[in-house]
Amino acid sequence: MLYYLKIITRQSVGTMKDLYKELEKDLRYLEGLKSCLNCGVCTAICPAADVSDYDPRMVVDTVQRRDEAELEKLLKSDTIWRCGECLSCKTRCPRGNVPGYIIQALRALSIDTGMFMESAQGRKQLAVKRTIGDHILKYGYCVYIDEVDNDMYPEQGPVWKWLRENRESMLERLGTSYEKNKSGTLRITSQESLDDLNKIFDETGGTRRLEKIEKDSSEKAKELKIDFKGGKDDYFNYLYNE
Amino acid sequence: MKTRKNEIWSAYQKDIADDHYYFARSCIRQNFFPAAENLYIDILRNVLGKDIYDDARQTTCTGIAYHSGLIPLETTMTVIARQFALMNEAGYENFVASCVTSFGLYIETLDTWKHFPETEQKTREALKRATGMTFSIPKNIVHASDVIYKFRKEIGEKIALQLKNKSTGEPLRIVDHIGCHYAKIFPQEGIGGAEYPYVLAGLIDEWGGHQVDYPERRHCCGFGFRQYLLKSNRSYSVTNSKKKLDSMLPYKPDLIIANCPGCTYFLDRWQYVIAEMEGKTYGENGYGIPALTYEELAGLLLGYDPWDIGLQTHQVSVEPILDKLGIIYDPEKKYKGRNGEDIGKPEKPEVLRCC
Repeated sequence: MLYYLKIITRQSVGTMKDLYKELEKDLRYLEGLKSCLNCGVCTAICPAADVSDYDPRMVVDTVQRRDEAELEKLLKSDTIWRCGECLSCKTRCPRGNVPGYIIQALRALSIDTGMFMESAQGRKQLAVKRTIGDHILKYGYCVYIDEVDNDMYPEQGPVWKWLRENRESMLERLGTSYEKNKSGTLRITSQESLDDLNKIFDETGGTRRLEKIEKDSSEKAKELKIDFKGGKDDYFNYLYNE
Repeated sequence: MKTRKNEIWSAYQKDIADDHYYFARSCIRQNFFPAAENLYIDILRNVLGKDIYDDARQTTCTGIAYHSGLIPLETTMTVIARQFALMNEAGYENFVASCVTSFGLYIETLDTWKHFPETEQKTREALKRATGMTFSIPKNIVHASDVIYKFRKEIGEKIALQLKNKSTGEPLRIVDHIGCHYAKIFPQEGIGGAEYPYVLAGLIDEWGGHQVDYPERRHCCGFGFRQYLLKSNRSYSVTNSKKKLDSMLPYKPDLIIANCPGCTYFLDRWQYVIAEMEGKTYGENGYGIPALTYEELAGLLLGYDPWDIGLQTHQVSVEPILDKLGIIYDPEKKYKGRNGEDIGKPEKPEVLRCC
């Protein structure tokens, strides 16, 4: 309990009055918010609104009211993590607002201020980081066959299971470059290219963002007394599955 | 079949380069349809006689991570700038993205640089500091399906088969699914715009099929980036795919084609899940509706062997569409290994009928 109070106090004092100033530095916020007339077309077309209580109209309305306390509540909520970024809202808004862009800016600010740790959905960013984020820097691509097993992805079904189990043979039959140092499908990405990616991440804030997710998550895992040692540890599995 | 809707949106056209392409691979397509991109390159090189460069130095554009809220825009723009630099070094000006998410993000990056010129300068400086590279903006950026659309008539002249049911002679009923980021973000960048995209419908019309128009035709497949990546959130994805599949079912489609790697994957795999969870199947006689990429369809009509182009890696069996088209295939070759050896077969699902 004491730990929670400390977090809330730190964030409340440190960021409350500055949140809009920070948000306005993000181009996606500037591009995404023109002037919302609350028509609700974005919500009507939204796949996330179809399957949860997510309501992009309410997100835009909340943000444009410029109430720091309301914005802080939003940054600490599950709401901003429900959007699927299909950006169907961009096509349809009669005023040129883009709720999906505003969400991108809110998510970035939520992580940078540490507020993502206040919501169950925000905390799940660690699991996203330890799959897609780590794959990029290890394989050069967001997805790689060696990491996609049927336990983590049961919807892949028996054909995928068979393909994975026989991937050396089948991927050669299908003409890929799997495990080969040459151009083509599923090739080994060269160390030089991986180094370039790492240096770009270092240079542009990508590494800092990923490290912050790990650091803040480790504190939460400690508080919950869940094993946290990296990779597919207990905390990862808790976030990924539940 | 020409429709009034197509005519309304025919104003949405764009320039698609004639030749000399730099090809950027897709994270999802490489894995889940591992023969599709090589087939694409083969069709361009050996059927259409085009020059397309496949660079070993390229990487992801980071799109899935970016749209999951994981990495900053500045990181993504700089990785994209590196891709452009590689294209320049290889001596090309026309960029072809295999992935719809990537295509959308390349266009978004250029749009950002246009509206906020200082971000282009910062990206150039960051790329230079990180890698020593410099770049020029491509003359032409398109999605891979745009190129097939551009040459649909040339391919049409070479195809051995039309999209007709061999037994009845009737046009096959085909659902086209366009990835959201192809034109919903920037409608002017998509053939036919966002509401009535024609990039795949044009292939169906040209190759003798019948477009299926159904209520949820433009609904998202349900990828949702982080919503699919987390097992806990995955109901988002299957629910949206199911919404589409339920909506198209009364129109009895023979085939689904998609231009987005993720969409093809979800419209294939979620049919398996829905069958096993709810006992519901969408094709005839307990099968699913085959879901193919656009070049897989082109490859079949051009006479490629279905097992050489990887159609055995789809969870929904493709045999129903092969039979309707009258394609001769060897069922014994389907699951053989690299030297024709026996490597076993996938287990049969309990509900979804598979060959």
